[in-house]
This record gives sequence, C-alpha cells and structure tokens, in this order.
Amino acid sequence: MTIDSIRNGIVIDHITAGKSMEIYHILELSKLDCSVAIIKNASSKKAGKKDIIKIDSQLDINMDILGYIDPTITVNIVKDGKIVEKKHMELPDHIDGVIKCKNPRCISSIEQEIVHSFKLVDRENGIYRCVYCETKAEPETL
Amino acid sequence: MKKDLIGITDLSKEELAELIAIAEKIIEDPVAYSEKCKGKKLATCFFEPSTRTRLSFEAAMLELGGSVLGFSEANSSSAAKGESVADTARTISCYADIIAMRHPKEGAPMVAAQAAPIPIINAGDGGHNHPTQTLTDLLTIYREKGRLSDLKIGFCGDLKFGRTVHSLIQAMSRYEGISFVLISPEELCVPEYIKKDVLDGKNIPYVETSSWDELPELDILYMTRVQRERFFNEADYMRLKDAFILTADRLQDAKPDLCIMHPLPRVNEIERAVDEDPRACYFKQALYGKYIRMALILKLLGVE
Ligand SMILES: [Zn+2]
Repeated sequence: MTIDSIRNGIVIDHITAGKSMEIYHILELSKLDCSVAIIKNASSKKAGKKDIIKIDSQLDINMDILGYIDPTITVNIVKDGKIVEKKHMELPDHIDGVIKCKNPRCISSIEQEIVHSFKLVDRENGIYRCVYCETKAEPETL
Repeated sequence: MKKDLIGITDLSKEELAELIAIAEKIIEDPVAYSEKCKGKKLATCFFEPSTRTRLSFEAAMLELGGSVLGFSEANSSSAAKGESVADTARTISCYADIIAMRHPKEGAPMVAAQAAPIPIINAGDGGHNHPTQTLTDLLTIYREKGRLSDLKIGFCGDLKFGRTVHSLIQAMSRYEGISFVLISPEELCVPEYIKKDVLDGKNIPYVETSSWDELPELDILYMTRVQRERFFNEADYMRLKDAFILTADRLQDAKPDLCIMHPLPRVNEIERAVDEDPRACYFKQALYGKYIRMALILKLLGVE
C-alpha cells in the first residue's frame, strides 16, 4: 500500500493501533476538504503496529486533546516535503469543551452553556477531574 | 484579585491558621468587631433551604455591623424562571459585597465565582463541598484541644455519604501526628478514594471498625447522622440507624478531655443525657461556626 507523501501538511504518527478513527472524529477531520489519509495497522519498530493520519493541509490541530487521547503520538509538521517540526505529546493541564462530565448532579451537566472543563490532578497516572464537581474523567466519556 | 472559598483545599495551612487567629481575636473582644463591616452587605443565595447554615452566615454578618439580604429557596429566586447560576450571581453582585451560596448542584458556587466580581462563599453544593462546616470543625478542635496536630480522631455513623467527614479527614490529614478511627457499619464505611488518595497516599494510620473498642483512646469523637434519604429501603435504614448511638454509659471509659462533635442536626445518634457531659462540644461547635464565618467574611472582604 502506498500513499503519496504530502508536501505541506501534518502527519500524526505513532497512534496506538485502532485509535485513528477516534482521533479522526475528535479533530473533526471529516469537515476538511483537503485529502486525509488514514493508515491502520502500519508496522512500527516500537509498538509492532500503529495507525497514522496524514492531512494535506497546514491546519491548527488541538494538541492538548491528542495528548489526552493518546500520549504516544508524535505530530510531524511537513513543509515542502520535509519534516520541519516534530512534536511529542504531553498531558495538557486543562481540557476544555472535549470531555463531558458524567455526574448528573454536576452543574455542568445541567446548564447547557457551561463549558465542560477538566483539570489534570495526577500527571503520573493521567488522571483528570471535573473542575466543578471533581468527578474523575473516564476514558469512555470521550 | 478577589478571593472566593469554594473548597476547603482552596486554603493553605497558613491561611487556615490566619482565619483561626482572627476568630480567636473576635471571641476575645467581639465589641471591637461590631462595626467592621458597617455599610457592607452579605447576600445569602440559598437555592435549597438550610436554615441553620443561612442563619449562621446572617448572624456572622450582623455581628460585624453589616447587613444581609437574600433568598432561602429556589422557588423565590429567578432560578425558578430558568435563569443561569452565572446570571443570578452577576446580578446579585450589583446589590451586595459578598455572596454565600448554597445550591443542590455540585460546582454551582464555582460557576458563580467565575461570573461574579465579588467574593463567593460556598455554603454547600449538593454532596460535594461545604467548606465553612469544615472551618467550623477546625476551629472547634483548635479551641477545645489547643492544637490541630497529634490527635486521635474517631468518626462514627454514616462515613460513606457524610461529606463533612470526608472533608474533615482531608483537612486534618495535613497536620502532623494525626490518626483516625473510622467507626461505622460496613455498609456505610469511608469510600475507597478517601482511603486510597488521602489516607494511604499520605501514610496516615487509620483503623476501620464497627465496634466501640477504640473509644478510650480517642481525643475527638465526631458523630454523624445516618440519613434516611441515603437508603433505598426502609428496612436497611431501620436496622442501621440505631447501631451506632453514643450513650452516657459508653462514655465512662472515654478520656476525660475527649471532645465530642456533631455537625447537627442530631436525631438520636447522641443520647440526650450526653448533652450535660462537659465533653459534649456540639452546641459550642455551632457558636464557633458563627465566629469562623465572621473571620472568613472579614478576610474575603479584605477588612483588617
Ligand atoms: Zn462535573
């Protein structure tokens, strides 16, 4: 399988195998009109298998969300066919408007206009809590 | 920058010590504080009724020479017409200098604090935080024992749903030489996250038991009510509610300087005969609650 290398765009590499579609949805890549390639189960020296997403456009993507979903990811910025920047993910201190608080007693579950907001409370274990009610973010809340 | 009080952990140990020191000065010389908040207004915004807490706040402001306004249930507020917490807080900020807010939804006072330009005090948000209760408990312990360290503290009753218990465990865990005895029926024991994150996380010694065997060792005994609404069926409630009652008889073996606390209201978990025992501190606790709220109002308003 070959996919043309992109000249100007972004390569999201080292995605944990199987997670590419989740990232595709979260980053709302379906809304783009440039070409987007999703490569599943590519062979990886480090992890055996990995997913890759190539986007043929220089858009701003939300690195914080990527860091939360899959900290193993690296993001390569490609210009004129060359990788000009390689970004490693880090767990963001805050995640706003992405994860929803699941606590039905939380004010952010009641009032529509409140932006759901989570704070990193334990970097080592990647634990986030709702800033309003302190309920732990569960991975399936994405 | 304005300061709010949303959770007890918003306050550092130093800030807690400062509030306790202010409260002690007020207790020593209340007259000196009787006009400190003259011309200032406290709004008590109670989206659910809690007469006890509301009166404590109002008494605190009145004793500082300030005035109070507010509402005591959601029916009489704009929330009944569907106004957001943020809008309510912003509007009330035009009429008052500080707000004490009670709300059935967790996190509502935090939303208010983000929206309002004046200080917000969380007066209880659902089962989440109730920091002025914890401040009350800390002042009581300090006044009665003269210290916040080197204490063996027993909690008895509903330790599962009792947020005052969780929050006091959290607050006391910051001091040296603290250990806990957690007395409850198995069904109502302290939740796992408190044990794991707070107690084990800080290597704090604790015992879980459903007997009174440890009572003679305790410096403080914190009693709580087993609430009917926590149970799905009446039979479970009836079986458990009387299991952990403190009687005058049981107290015979306790230390002579034990401090017995209870957040009130009490149902029957402390026998009336105990009220006459000098070790019973729960009514004094309500009084300390007023003094620490006075200290808090002064601090948040920046009044010296
Ligand atoms: Zn929440």
